[in-house]
Amino acid sequence: MEAVVFFVAAIGALGGAFGVIAMRNPFYSVLALIVHLFSLAALFLLLTSAFVAAAQVVVYAGAVMVLYVFVVAYVGGGGESAWEPIPGQRFLAPLLAIALFTELSIAVLGSALKALETHGPDTPNGFGDPAAIGRLLLEKFLLPFEASSILLLLAAVGAIVLAARRREEEGDTPSKHSTSRLEGVSPSAPNA
Amino acid sequence: MNISWYIVLSSLLFATGVLGILIRRSPMVILLCLELMLNAGNLALVAFSRMVGNGQGQVFAVIVMVIAACEVVVGLGLIVAIFRRKLPLNVDDLRELRG
Repeated sequence: MEAVVFFVAAIGALGGAFGVIAMRNPFYSVLALIVHLFSLAALFLLLTSAFVAAAQVVVYAGAVMVLYVFVVAYVGGGGESAWEPIPGQRFLAPLLAIALFTELSIAVLGSALKALETHGPDTPNGFGDPAAIGRLLLEKFLLPFEASSILLLLAAVGAIVLAARRREEEGDTPSKHSTSRLEGVSPSAPNA
Repeated sequence: MNISWYIVLSSLLFATGVLGILIRRSPMVILLCLELMLNAGNLALVAFSRMVGNGQGQVFAVIVMVIAACEVVVGLGLIVAIFRRKLPLNVDDLRELRG
């Protein structure tokens, strides 16, 4: 039973990943990534980490992907040019990806980690549930927890600074932000 | 299932993300491929956490998710700023920092 769930979720995750890089339209890429994220959440559940799986679904597939969908709808999916700056890039890139995969597999599986061939030890009841993760976050990893909250605040401020409409882009007449919508309607009216 | 299956799947997903970054040119899809790579790292972290039988790797995975959310927010802000300036959304054309 566990093997069936693993293989179904693994095929979903791999199919989603290939869908992300194969779709021409960025909107379909985002949808493929959502499939990938749900499959990964199932894999996390198999690894008895319920909190990470729930966070994956709620934070990633819920919040972050909505952000992506809005930006794709705003920017629009432009077609990519077929021009290649490096000749043979489309053949060299898969070669490099396959080389990286074999290298990573050899590095991990060739290591002397005996426990890789086991299921892992028997875990106590409540392993990986929100209470256990919360206790770890607030007792042992308090400093990284607070640092990540500061990082989130900085990222929010940075995104507002980056994406905010600047005054010089709106028109020649300097104006306050509150009247910018009116100016957009009648940009030529002087001092209306 | 043995832990090694999860690790092999994780490295396969990571290589897929690298492949996407190498062959795609839209900055948005490149951000999506970065997400693929971060998620592959997350899967490896959670699998190793299960292997050791210790919940600390899962805390790492949660913090990686926070980092990924920050990266997405800043990256999408950059894409919106590039779009507002009417620059082409193509990483081959966007090779100069000075516009």
